[in-house]
Order: sequence, then structure tokens, then C-alpha cells
Amino acid sequence: MITAEQKPMQEIIQYIAPYRKILLVGCNECVTVCAAGGRKEVGLLASALHLNHLKQGKTIDIKEITLERQCDPEYVEELAPYIDGVDAVVSMACGCGVQTIAGRYKKSPVFPAVNTRFMGASLGQGVWAERCKGCGDCVLGITGGICPVARCSKHLFNGPCGGTSNGQCEIGPETDCAWRLIWERLKELGMESRYEDLMNAKDWRPGGAAGPGKIIREDLA
Amino acid sequence: MENFEPEIVAFCCHYCAYTAADMAGSKRISYPSNVKIIRVPCTGKVDAIHLMKALEKGADGVYVAGCLAGDCHFKNGNFRAEARVNRVKKILTELGWEPERVAMFNMSAGMGEQFAKIAREFTETIIKLGPGPGKRTGATDRAAS
Amino acid sequence: MNTESRLEKILTSGELAVTSECGPPRGARPEKVKEKAALLKDHVDGINVTDNQTAMVRMSSFAAGIIIKQMGLDPIMQMVSRDRNRLAMQSDIIGAYAFGINTMLCLSGDHAKFGDHPMAKGVFDIDSVQMISMVRRMRDEETFQGGAKIDGAPKMFIGAAANPFADPFELRVMRLAKKVKAGVDFIQTQCIFNLDKFEAWMKGVTERGLDEKVHILAGITPMKSVGMARYMKNKVPGMDIPDAVIKRLEGVSKEQQPEEGIKMAVESIERIKQIKGVHGFHIMAIEWEEKVPQIVEQAGLYPRPKV
Repeated sequence: MITAEQKPMQEIIQYIAPYRKILLVGCNECVTVCAAGGRKEVGLLASALHLNHLKQGKTIDIKEITLERQCDPEYVEELAPYIDGVDAVVSMACGCGVQTIAGRYKKSPVFPAVNTRFMGASLGQGVWAERCKGCGDCVLGITGGICPVARCSKHLFNGPCGGTSNGQCEIGPETDCAWRLIWERLKELGMESRYEDLMNAKDWRPGGAAGPGKIIREDLA
Repeated sequence: MENFEPEIVAFCCHYCAYTAADMAGSKRISYPSNVKIIRVPCTGKVDAIHLMKALEKGADGVYVAGCLAGDCHFKNGNFRAEARVNRVKKILTELGWEPERVAMFNMSAGMGEQFAKIAREFTETIIKLGPGPGKRTGATDRAAS
Repeated sequence: MNTESRLEKILTSGELAVTSECGPPRGARPEKVKEKAALLKDHVDGINVTDNQTAMVRMSSFAAGIIIKQMGLDPIMQMVSRDRNRLAMQSDIIGAYAFGINTMLCLSGDHAKFGDHPMAKGVFDIDSVQMISMVRRMRDEETFQGGAKIDGAPKMFIGAAANPFADPFELRVMRLAKKVKAGVDFIQTQCIFNLDKFEAWMKGVTERGLDEKVHILAGITPMKSVGMARYMKNKVPGMDIPDAVIKRLEGVSKEQQPEEGIKMAVESIERIKQIKGVHGFHIMAIEWEEKVPQIVEQAGLYPRPKV
């Protein structure tokens, strides 16, 4: 999923300072799962913004709404009845959701309340780690199911580099060396000989080097 | 300000703090009537939003009272509650409110004395801090809306 | 012989080669490069010019390499994949070659986290192994990485690094084999302090016959003080400093530590000379270049052969 974290409160407060009526929009997808921008977080942020205004002796109207999916025009349409009644929109979705709203409601300023971080997986309650860079040409089939692009700090295709220390990455002991993991997994699978296959220089076009990515499915479009 | 009578909300676990409050009552140990007790099946059920809403709607202080470490009937509800209290403290700090307005306490069912002491001390703390967010200008019309 | 590289000539002649390194200055001070290179000039066959080492901005290895070349010496241009994509690398390589720089070292580079621009985006378009393939192809097939023909191909003698001490240890010979497969000509190893482990690695290297396909230059660093030894042990990624090294330095007075460090370096060279497959030494005297001649002389590697 796409992970996100709430922005510093003061940044959000500055965004909305000129406005009195706010539409605060959450998303039921990824940001709900990573507890950054779901219904609960919308409620909490709304409450925090109220407390902030109370401190200044002011009031603010916040309409809370959480959409099924903010990156889908069909659901974003549900904001139409409210949009004219507010001065600004604050989105708690990932960057895709913010832009879908901004693209649909051109007259309303839209502000992000979260920082979109990475595509990751859950490692346990409250812990998420990056697992995919969306490089567009998946190599997991030859790296034992561990991604060198997302999990090696230097995106090495022929690692490990010389900085590995006690099996951990040179950037710090809290980061596993991806190539140590790849090697261990290849061994478990009895595929050690694969290690010495040279991996050629990557074509980065499918992952964004060719410009913003787009998928068109003729059978669905 | 001199006659400030704070409103305090205490989320009390059914298995410990709530029973402790009961015991304080039956032993005639007095504690301030400012403290309004809300019984919860486990403090793990108390979410950050409950603490925030209480402050927003006019409480001057809020605390959560759960079981002693290791005694939670649902394993770790009390630790979860503590983490949420800490999160709300952080939010209040970011907003420029006093983080001392929220707190976490731990006790067992038999600690009636302790319950009363905490209630007194927390009330004292809040009196010193003065009225909470919900009591400031503009709060009333919003609460009504 | 593939290139005009002096290092290649020495290695092909069967003599033990000696290289050293010079970290370019953190400012536009060409005289600093000249001063450092002058200290080394009669005692080494090539001078590595580091490329933003430890991710700190310095004069580019390309520019500092030209300064050294113009002194009539032999720079070994280091290039890290952290700071350049394949376009920038190739243009710098042909540019450097146009100035007579004919020897280079392909590296991944330390992560930007360690340097003075930790907020920078690391490029890592290709890795060090892919860089070796690219430079070899530019030389042997006169072709750019993208496939187009080069008019005036750079004939680089291609080096890379190897760290016999990083883990997993069992991968360290295999990774060297990948670099050999990619077409590397010579290897400079990480500083060697754990000689037993280096011997074990070299055993693996010779067992696979890799020493016949690549020239291995053993990395030597003299310790200036026990403080430096402790720092390298605890702070530098991929370093293996046995406690015995620290104990030995602790055993002498602070004033005598530099001399003891040099003695240890010379002893290491003597022992490593006996190891099959080692074709030379790469002496990295960190901010202590003036001691390189003494080490080279005491280790019996002076005078350098004329080629």
C-alpha cells in the first residue's frame, strides 16, 4: 500500500489560516490502513484544528468526510454537494487523492494534510517499511523475492557493496542489507548459482525516466 | 478565575480504577466532585479522539486510569492507552496547549486511597492551568452548533 | 596490452605494482593537489584521485586528475555511481581520456548520509559492476552504453574495489568473480588489518583462478595513532580492525605511535608479499601522504621499475 504520515500541525494550520470553512477529506484506502488519513484521523485532525482556533478565540467550520477512494473520480464526485459551501479543502489522502480533488474542483484550493512516504508493507502493529519503488520492470523473480531497488540504499543490482556490517546496511544497523537477504534467500532456495549472473544496467523508462507513467487498457477504457 | 471549578473527565477501567473509585466512595475517602468518571471495559478502548473531543467540548483536563503494568485483563490495553495519551500530549504541545491537561494513571482495584489522591492532585494541576480549550471565547456557540 | 596505462605495463611485466591516493581539496586550490602528488611522485606507479570521498564535496577527480597528469604523473581517476548517471559518467570518461587519463576505478561510493550533503539524492543509475561493463565496452567495442559508436574510444585500464572483510564473507569471492566477469583489469582492496581473513579470501580467489584474470593490489593503511585505529574500528563501515592492532598501538607511547603504525604497515606488506595472487599494493595514507615514500622504501618496493 501507499504509506503516509501526517504533516506537522503548524504547517496545516498555516495552510488553512485564511479560511473559515473547511472540507476535511479522508480516504478509506491505504491511508486508513496506515492510520494517517482515515475516518479516525480526520476526526482527530478536525478536533485539533478546533482546539487551535479556540486558543485564538476564533471558530472554524470543519465538514468531515471520508471517501471510499480519493484517487477515483467516481468517489471524488461525492464532494460536489459540499464544495460550494466551503472556502478550502484539506485532504488526508496520498498525493494521488489530493490531485484528483484538485483536478475535479478547480475553484477550491486543496491542501495536503499528510506527507506521502512510500509503497510499503506492514511489519507489525504500527510499523511499515518500504518494499517497492515502482520501477516498472520487476526483478523479484531473480532476486529471491527481495527487491534490490527498494531495499538496497544504493539500488545495487550486483550487490552487496563493501559497506555491509554485521549483515546490516552501511546507513545504519536498523536497515537490513538487502543483498545479504537476497543471498540468504537464494541459498534457502538452492539457487546460489544465480548470484553470479550479471544483472545488466537497468532501463529506468518504465519507472518514470520516460516521463510521467500512464497505463491505458484498451479492453477497459 | 478565582472561583474556577474545573471539569475533569476520567476514563476508568472497569477492572481497576472504576472499582477503586467505588472503594473510595464506600470508605468515605473524599475526592473532588470535579472528576466525572466514565467507565470503560478496558482503557485500551479509549482512543485519542475521545480525549480530544472531551477537551474540545469543554473539559479542562482528561485522564485515563487503567490497570497496573502486567495486570490488564486484555493483555496490553493499558499500554495502548498510555501510548494514545502520549500522542494527545504531543498534539496539544504542537498546538500550544498544556500537555499536562491529559494524563495516564495506573492502579489496582484495591487502591481506593490512591484513586482519591490522584483525583485531588490532578484537579489541583488543572486549577493551576486554568480553563481548558473548550472554555475559551467562541467555544459556546460551537458547542451549541 | 589493452591500454597505455603505466599501471598496466608494470603489472604485465610481472613486477609488484605500487599505487597510492590523493584526496582532492575542498576548494579551488590546485597547489594542494600538486603538493600531495609531488610527495608521491617517485614512489608509486599510479595515484588514485578520490571522487567526493565519504560523500563530501571536493574538487572533482576528473579535474584533480588532469592536474596530476600535467605534472607528468599517472592519475587513477576514481568514479562513484552515487553522483553521476550513465551520461555524465561516459562524458567524463571520454573527457578524462582526452587529457591522457587512462586508468580509472569504478565504485559505488559511500552513501550520501555520511557526507556533508546528506539531503542529496543519490543517483545510482548503474552500479559499480555495470560501470565496469560499460567502460570495458567503451574501450573494447568502442560503443557507448546506449549502443551508439564512439568516435575516439577511451582506452581505460579498469579498476575496481573489493572488500574482503565486509559480510557475508562467503559472497566476497563471488562478488569479485562478478567484477571479473564484467571485465575488470585490476582490484584495489579495502585496507587490510586482519591478515588472516585476507589470506582466507585470497585462498578463495586463487582456488577459482581469479588471480590469473585480475591483478589484485592489497590495500595498506598506516595507523597514525591508537585513536585513529579505534575510530576506524567503530565508525568506518566495512572495516575489520582486530583488537591486536589496537593493543599493539596502545603498547607504545603516544609519540611513538606513528612510527609503530608505519612499522606495522611495512610488516603487513612483507607478509602479504608471500601470498599467492597479490600483484601489488595500494597504500592509502589518509592525510599522511608524506609517509608513503618511507613505507615504500622500507618495504623493499623502491626504486620503482621504469616502463
